[in-house]
Amino acid sequence: MMKIKKGIPLIDQHDKNGFYGGKFGGNYVAETLKKPIDDLTKLFEKCRKDKNFIKERDNLYENYVGKPTRFIKLQNLTDHLGGAQIYAKMVSDANGGAHKIYNAITHAMLCKKAKKKYMCTDTGAGYNGKMFSMVAKKFGLGCKVFMGTRDMERQKPNCDSIRKNGAEIIPVTSGSKTLVDAVSECIRYWVSNCDKAHMGIGSLVGPNIFVKICGFSTSQISRELKVQLEEEFGKIPKRLKLINCVGGGSSAYGFWSEFFDYDKKHIELIGVEAGGPKNSKLHAAPLSKNSKIAILHGAAAYCVQDSDGQIDETDSCSSGLDYPSTSPIHCYLKDIGRARYSFATDEEAFAAYKLVTELEEISPSLEPSHSFAEAIKIAPRLDDSNIIVVNSCGDSLKDKDIIKKRLGSYSR
Amino acid sequence: MKSQISLAFKKCRKENRPALLTYIVAGDNTKKKSLEILKSISEYADILELGFAHNAPTADGPQIQNSSYRALKNGIKLKDVFQIVKNYKKIKNSKPCILMGYYQMVYKYGERKFIRKCKQVGVDGLIIVDLPFPDNKKFSRLCKKNSITFIQLLSPTTSNERMKKIIQSSHDMIYYISMLSTTGGKLKISPNKILKNYFKVKRLSKAKNTVIGFGITEKTISSFKKADGLVVGSALCKGISESLKKRQNPVIKLNKMVKKLKSRIT
Ligand SMILES: Cc1ncc(COP(=O)(O)O)c(C=O)c1O
Repeated sequence: MMKIKKGIPLIDQHDKNGFYGGKFGGNYVAETLKKPIDDLTKLFEKCRKDKNFIKERDNLYENYVGKPTRFIKLQNLTDHLGGAQIYAKMVSDANGGAHKIYNAITHAMLCKKAKKKYMCTDTGAGYNGKMFSMVAKKFGLGCKVFMGTRDMERQKPNCDSIRKNGAEIIPVTSGSKTLVDAVSECIRYWVSNCDKAHMGIGSLVGPNIFVKICGFSTSQISRELKVQLEEEFGKIPKRLKLINCVGGGSSAYGFWSEFFDYDKKHIELIGVEAGGPKNSKLHAAPLSKNSKIAILHGAAAYCVQDSDGQIDETDSCSSGLDYPSTSPIHCYLKDIGRARYSFATDEEAFAAYKLVTELEEISPSLEPSHSFAEAIKIAPRLDDSNIIVVNSCGDSLKDKDIIKKRLGSYSR
Repeated sequence: MKSQISLAFKKCRKENRPALLTYIVAGDNTKKKSLEILKSISEYADILELGFAHNAPTADGPQIQNSSYRALKNGIKLKDVFQIVKNYKKIKNSKPCILMGYYQMVYKYGERKFIRKCKQVGVDGLIIVDLPFPDNKKFSRLCKKNSITFIQLLSPTTSNERMKKIIQSSHDMIYYISMLSTTGGKLKISPNKILKNYFKVKRLSKAKNTVIGFGITEKTISSFKKADGLVVGSALCKGISESLKKRQNPVIKLNKMVKKLKSRIT
């Protein structure tokens, strides 16, 4: 069994062909993209070693994203469940309302360094598109956002923001009209325009370099969390559980990256996927429902697929988790047993949203509501020496219509 | 022994013209129709490329995507694709067949099993769009062992150094992508410019049959007569879409189109 190497970022623990654990990831791309990917890889490796680049980034994280995002105790929820102590890392405090801002910033900086004038990216929940549009505006870059038309309907508030920031939304009508098709279309666009456009992928997926850039960026979350844990408890608590929703897996990687080296009995990492509607066969949970490996969007990873190899349809109330595949890194973490993956159904996510917003002054979007559903499930079975931290990685505003329809009202 | 693909190029060279390679998607719009189309266009085409559809294609333009979705909607499976080739190969004077598609379909089927099946039904060559050099070395060797030509692609972004390595590791045919584009884009650069790039490649690949593809239509094909071979795909897929829309028989339409393409290069 392969083991995580201590003291080396997990994103860098791939072989020379870009595979984690010998089989997840890689670079399955058209010949045309080999050179642009190679160029981007060289640029990224140079920049991450460049003190000035890191200084500029840290400055942006501090003054533009707003660092650190809060770490708070959910006392009412803890009392209500009567078990483990529950905390939240309020990543939704970040400028724009979600963790997607970290990756977008790195990409904009790389785009500038590459002397390209515009970026293209994909979006599901609309947060990645929104963050790219924000940083594009800040950096004076053009921005094209590929988005499935089903997601455009259900995530309208974020579409409005994207357009207000001056970016162009390119509606994607092929296939299921959701994130999977948006990513395909964005990659196709890059094949045709790689000489002019910089591409950013919105999660910890895609050809190896995009996994690395994304993980490099979101790991800011756990750097902050580590300090906050030490401030709150004097040291890292003995029984700690870090719960994060997993779509492509960028938020979970960022939340966990400082903690992979700890024993899993000490710090348990729990990823929560979208189980879809309770009475439906469809879901977006390739890890927890044991899907087989597929090659999708340039990488090998567990993926919902049929017996012939076609990518299967998915369903979830949360656009951000509604993706058939996942990150090669999470596949690796599952295989070696360092993280545990479960799922929450749509119903459980809505119930969790309802309970959390009734008891606490926070309002997580439907993606982190899946994480809260898991916390609500396990907290009562644990005693109060256990510390659960949930990454509340998105703000619910984008989901107000869906929530109103489902729960009858939405207040903020 | 020379492959059927090499022999086809040799014959065209003798006739002092480029080889005409066609591309359609297997099962577009039905299994039966695409077999009929193959049989019918094989009167004029020298080599037939046949796509096996995948529903997350990352390098295809709208025309081929339409064809693929149509085939998938009609329930095409990999086993049907093999069946189509097998049945096509039964006809007299059948032409060499190249299967083209995405690695996921091969991976899921199993590399060895896939190649064995190809050999069994009479597939002559394979193009796997998203399995570039050097990741394709093992697969390429497996193809060779089974007398199947593994065809690698070169693009305008491929560096000289990389190009040399790819050519060195290639079998008897190479595919040069004319421009930065998904399949079927409009020609973004002039045919002259494309030919100039093509001959740069050709200088390094003298011994290999090197074809040009992407963006070639009835209108542009005659400008590329000096190449070893020319691939027309999206234009034919579009032809199928149009005839279906008009409720006409795509077999007749495609036969006419390929006949015309051939006449432009002879
Ligand atoms: C708020 C929020 N959480 C989670 C996700 C899921 O993505 P990932 O798993 O990459 O964090 C998204 C994606 O759009 C999102 O917007």
